[in-house]
Amino acid sequence: MAASAEALPTPRARRSAAPGLAIGLSTLYLSLIVLLPLAALAWHAHGWDAITSPQAVSALKLTVVASLVVALINAVAGTAIAWTLVRDRFFGQSFVNALVDLPFALPTIVAGLTLLALYGPKSPAGIDVAFTRWAILLALLFVTLPFVVRTVQPVLLELDTEMEDAAASLGASRFATFRRVILPNILPAILSGVALAFARAIGEFGAVVLISGNLPFKTEVVSVYVFGRIESGDSGGAAAASVVILALSFGVLLAIGGVRRWTTRHDR
Amino acid sequence: MRRISFTLILALAFPALAAGAARDTKLSLVAYSTPREAYGQLIPAFQKTAAGNGVSFSQSYGASGEQSRAVASGLDADLVAFSLAPDITSLVQKKLVAKNWANDKWHGMVTRSVVVFVVRDGNPKKLKTWNDLLKPGVQIVTPNPFTSGGARWNVMAAYGGALRAGKTPKQAETYLAQMWKHVVAQPASAREGLQTFLAGRGDVFLAYENEALFAQQKGQPVQFVIPKATILIENPIAVTSTSKNKPQAQAFLKYLRTKPAQRIFAQNGYRPVVKGVTQGLNFPNRPQLFTIKYVGGWAKVEKKFFDPRTGVMARIQASSGG
Amino acid sequence: MIGKYVVRFAALGYLAVLLAAPVGYVFWRTFRHGFWPAWHAVTTPDAVHALKVTLILVAIAVPANTIFGVLAALAIVRHRFPGSGIFNAVVDLPLALSPVVVGLALLLLYGRGGWLGGHHVVFALPGMVLATMFVSLPFVVREVVPVLREIGTEQEQAAATLGASAVQTFRRVTWPAIRWATAYGVVLTTARALGEFGAVSVVSGRLQGQTESLTLYVQDRYQAFDEVGAYASAVVLALIAVTTLILMTALKPKEETR
Repeated sequence: MAASAEALPTPRARRSAAPGLAIGLSTLYLSLIVLLPLAALAWHAHGWDAITSPQAVSALKLTVVASLVVALINAVAGTAIAWTLVRDRFFGQSFVNALVDLPFALPTIVAGLTLLALYGPKSPAGIDVAFTRWAILLALLFVTLPFVVRTVQPVLLELDTEMEDAAASLGASRFATFRRVILPNILPAILSGVALAFARAIGEFGAVVLISGNLPFKTEVVSVYVFGRIESGDSGGAAAASVVILALSFGVLLAIGGVRRWTTRHDR
Repeated sequence: MRRISFTLILALAFPALAAGAARDTKLSLVAYSTPREAYGQLIPAFQKTAAGNGVSFSQSYGASGEQSRAVASGLDADLVAFSLAPDITSLVQKKLVAKNWANDKWHGMVTRSVVVFVVRDGNPKKLKTWNDLLKPGVQIVTPNPFTSGGARWNVMAAYGGALRAGKTPKQAETYLAQMWKHVVAQPASAREGLQTFLAGRGDVFLAYENEALFAQQKGQPVQFVIPKATILIENPIAVTSTSKNKPQAQAFLKYLRTKPAQRIFAQNGYRPVVKGVTQGLNFPNRPQLFTIKYVGGWAKVEKKFFDPRTGVMARIQASSGG
Repeated sequence: MIGKYVVRFAALGYLAVLLAAPVGYVFWRTFRHGFWPAWHAVTTPDAVHALKVTLILVAIAVPANTIFGVLAALAIVRHRFPGSGIFNAVVDLPLALSPVVVGLALLLLYGRGGWLGGHHVVFALPGMVLATMFVSLPFVVREVVPVLREIGTEQEQAAATLGASAVQTFRRVTWPAIRWATAYGVVLTTARALGEFGAVSVVSGRLQGQTESLTLYVQDRYQAFDEVGAYASAVVLALIAVTTLILMTALKPKEETR
């Protein structure tokens, strides 16, 4: 392994450059690509009534609740799908696996058109949820589908089955094994995917805008409301509303990180 | 030596001669999305004329408001062609278009259209007038006037239609509020609006005639009626003050108002701004047609109806639920 | 025993409604009139150019975000620094911004009169690359972080006490453990970069034949009522995403197959 011909140096001295480099480079990149534009946006924010008007508050409430619901559904469904794709064996498995990322790769207008055609007034299956709040959930579930699946899959693939076999040989039921052996190991990954799903759902515009109908107080999500502000010449208000949405999302993301820390508090 | 220097002189002279004769100019056209096919035919036709010889084009098409904001943020443009005048006036405020852009025979406009009702096959609910839209159970689809600047034409057509029917301005505002209770979907753009309607939502979709005609040409099952009282949509075009090719841009503008060019626009569904080019095409006259001036002009209308905080439409949207 | 079938049935049912039906519909709309109309629709000069633009965006954004992703994951998990919790949360924020606002932010920064304005960044390829990097930033980080936490530091510490340098430790101990996660992160990042529309639309200036990505081309075709063109272009994007996945899974060593 360590084929160094030199005398053994102290690990601390040789490793001192690496953490600094990783932290420094990634912080620099994050600042240039993300923080700088966000700062420009915050600087431009002007007119907080854009987010305090009743219509805005209603849109925000609708969006946050929908995003949380979608995140939770994804936690369960995504885990089940990841489990099926990793631990199960059935015909067409790799084909299904290949499809999972498609909600991402398809432009949102195509997603909207497709969902409208399949689950709207002319639905071939007779399922018409278009222009209701269910449509918002449907569209958000579609675009957030890959998240939890893809964050849990690699962890499941890396997971040692020794402990599960040990638990089984000790007489634990499959459910108990799942709950006590597997779940704690994949929970951080689930939470990672949940955070992504929540964030994406909050910011989604294209897939939702066609199928929801954008009726204020009923089916208007906050991204459409903000777009309305930009189009009406109030980009300052739109920026202000976006800053508030970001702060809110940031709070939820920190909370999810906190949940993860709390659930893994007994580890290491 | 002498032969080489003579060749050298010729080689140097030719580019200068060529440059003087037919300058290779590139004009940048930034337009809204619907006239794309029209310009696709107009540009080659222009290039065949003397003024257009050697002029190439860079074209950009997108939502009118988005394009206007792009030019304001630095998108290079020699010509800007938008769906409604306010998208150009916002550029005047940023000193990107001259204040007198509309001081010509056509008031800066290049095409026209009218607001129409797109209805279901056979118009089962018999929707012909603005009042008909208030019949119980009638479901209206119209683009959101806050996410689609073009949708403001719809609102002002409804308001003006109420005025034409004899209502006072206050009563006309009440009409708007009543009409808005029938709106069952507010798609973000006109194209999405047609999609929503064709997918089965609503009894009537408020659209622009040129877009309805275009959809028909493309084989979409669109039927429409034009109410007696409707607004004359006028689409503006201007040369930017930052243009580096003003003569050629002006030449193209001039060409666009010639009969052949206007004929091409008419064939693409637009009502022309010059007479005598609509033979064989159907653009019915409407007895109570009015323009934006009839309802106050864009400057007043933008403030009174579409201010996101205090506008009439903002109030109507805000009181539709909550 | 029943449990396995319940999970499989529920998961596949969910996928049938939410994934298989929509994807099937897209393919149906594309090939409804046969293969050749779809083929012609995606081989027009504008379509081919749009594809090239999209591939350039992907070719720059994905490697950049991958390197960042791995470095950031290492920084967050292994080298706990003050503010790593905040750093971790900030990484997800790009997703929470709606695409039009992302475009607005970039215009405010790089557009006329902006802090970094006047350098031909927006309404040109650089702006589109920045927008793509912005929206596809979090995925590699999010994939790698849980795996890094899961595998723990025992093996890395062992390598360090045996005298391995940071690079050697990474190459021989850490990387094999996070390879799967990184691969899936790359797949997600690529898919996102392929499908991005809103932000790129605002910063591109939509110059035909120049700054149109394939998603912008899809919208273009949709506006023109060219159904086959729009759906066929979407199929091209889907195929690229699937190809990326196949490549990533094919690159894994044989002994890791289960």
